[in-house]
Amino acid sequence: MKPIDRTEVQNAIDSFAGKDVYLHLETTNGAYATHVDEAFFSAGAYIRNAFIQYEHGKIVGDGPYRIGLKLNIGWVYAEGVNHFEVDEQGRLLVAGLDYSGKLAVSMQLSPTPFE
Amino acid sequence: MEKERHVLVIFPHPDDEAFSVSGTLAIHREAGTPVTYLCLTLGEMGRNLGNPPFATRESLPKIRKKELIDAANAIGIEDLRMLGLRDKTIEFEDDEKLTGIFTDAINELNPSLIITFYPGYSVHPDHEATARAVVRAVERIEKNERPKLHCVAFSNNCIEELGQPDIIHDITAAEKKKVAAFTAHRSQTEAMVLDWKEKFENQDADFLEWIRKERLWTYKF
Repeated sequence: MKPIDRTEVQNAIDSFAGKDVYLHLETTNGAYATHVDEAFFSAGAYIRNAFIQYEHGKIVGDGPYRIGLKLNIGWVYAEGVNHFEVDEQGRLLVAGLDYSGKLAVSMQLSPTPFE
Repeated sequence: MEKERHVLVIFPHPDDEAFSVSGTLAIHREAGTPVTYLCLTLGEMGRNLGNPPFATRESLPKIRKKELIDAANAIGIEDLRMLGLRDKTIEFEDDEKLTGIFTDAINELNPSLIITFYPGYSVHPDHEATARAVVRAVERIEKNERPKLHCVAFSNNCIEELGQPDIIHDITAAEKKKVAAFTAHRSQTEAMVLDWKEKFENQDADFLEWIRKERLWTYKF
């Protein structure tokens, strides 16, 4: 993964618009957050291989960025994303890495199911 | 360390073994004791991807699989079994299915010692769910036929509630293998091991105590 290039990510988002895609969406503060700091409220959400189709999508912001996808009957969005890769399988892998490099949010789109 | 017939180690994540009992396992292997390691997941949800990142969410399991094999080799484990479950989902699996996997392994291997986490005192939901299932599997064996069950605990309240660990293994003799096992899990431990060389050279007392003493609690049924 490399730091986000907005144009490249926008192009990848555009290429999936109107098509069937599989979505991986995840937020995490790590399973040890409350162990390390008992005052920390641990929360996160995870969905893998949601089968969606979006009308259009946008990457917005100056970095870290936000990405939103407008669905026929709903929305998908992620905030805090700063790294990306279009991998050898043509999947768009976007992540938000915190100041120590740890993954905090992940949003990925693929034409085929994720393993 | 008592000589065992067969040691069965059950943890959910690649690197759980390195942190908790890699020295103990290396010493069992040096004594010629067979060790089987059931590793439930490939740590797919690990947050460390390298800094700067050399992994993605999708390549991480492939990298961690290789790291796990390297760590097992460093320890001398010949029977490493990757069970193909998914990180952070263990507690949502069917409880009976999990228990059955462990019962089958116990029946096949007839271990004299099982090592896993201590349920209630091992912090991560995968650790807890794995430990609960191992305890269920062992509990179903007749009391006088049960293998010993040694558990790893590290929750903030573990000493307060469980008391001091009744088993403390000094693994200094296998220290190099332990460091090699840690180092093998590069994607997760790279930042952590940076200052180890210096700590060894300076004979850092807290560090040496931490790395050389592996602490376990005998499970109380």
